[in-house]
Amino acid sequence: MDRIEKTVVLRAPLDRVWNAIADSKQFGAWFGVAFDGPFVAGKRITGKIVPTQVDAEVAKSQQQYNGLPIEWLIERVEPKRLMSFRWHPFAVEKNVDYSSEPTTLVEFALAEVDGGTRLTITESGFDRIPLERRAKAFTANEGGWAKQLELIAAYLAR
Amino acid sequence: MRGPEQSAPVFAALGDPTRLRIVARLCADGPQSIVRLTHGTRVTRQAITKHLHALAEAGVVRSRRDGRERIWEVQSSRLVDASHYLEQISSQWDQVIERLRKFVEE
Repeated sequence: MDRIEKTVVLRAPLDRVWNAIADSKQFGAWFGVAFDGPFVAGKRITGKIVPTQVDAEVAKSQQQYNGLPIEWLIERVEPKRLMSFRWHPFAVEKNVDYSSEPTTLVEFALAEVDGGTRLTITESGFDRIPLERRAKAFTANEGGWAKQLELIAAYLAR
Repeated sequence: MRGPEQSAPVFAALGDPTRLRIVARLCADGPQSIVRLTHGTRVTRQAITKHLHALAEAGVVRSRRDGRERIWEVQSSRLVDASHYLEQISSQWDQVIERLRKFVEE
């Protein structure tokens, strides 16, 4: 499995969803990033992780990453159809330089449908991510790696 | 897909609290030497070395030489099935979508 794909229908017009994705200020507001500029195809964009403005509970869990620098490479910006970028998954450790590590590709694809807008999010390229980084992703998430160890322990206790 | 035959030695190797702690530490702090692994524990260096060799035999960890030291690391493929971590990311995207939904629908 090298990719993740999610499809959802949002009850909002295509224009509104497109702006929420293509306008870096709006994207940052819900995603939880303060970007330093607009999304431009082929250009790198930097920013910092900030708590999301739409969900107090999620914002609280993002607090631990507050201020962490991020750098994405915007690949394609095709109005009302597609926005894609490359990033470093699990890049949540302070003082780690991720720039030489492989990236995954994230695509936001839109289509107008009855009752709203269909959004398909695809993230691909996981096969290239080092196993060590994958394992670390578990320590970064409660219920991740720690949970696996618990399961192993429970298995052995039977 | 790995069957129970391949998993059994892994579980057997982890069937010791010290070994489980060693693996957890290698996962959390990354590749490291025996000296660092021993630091802060009451287990002797000899005992840690013995545990590491048992883990290596099961394919859970491996080592490489770095100058005069031997560096140990988790061989994650034996422990982490790719689908597990993709499930993790998958649920993170679900949360991202919920945030976007709140933003555009309200």
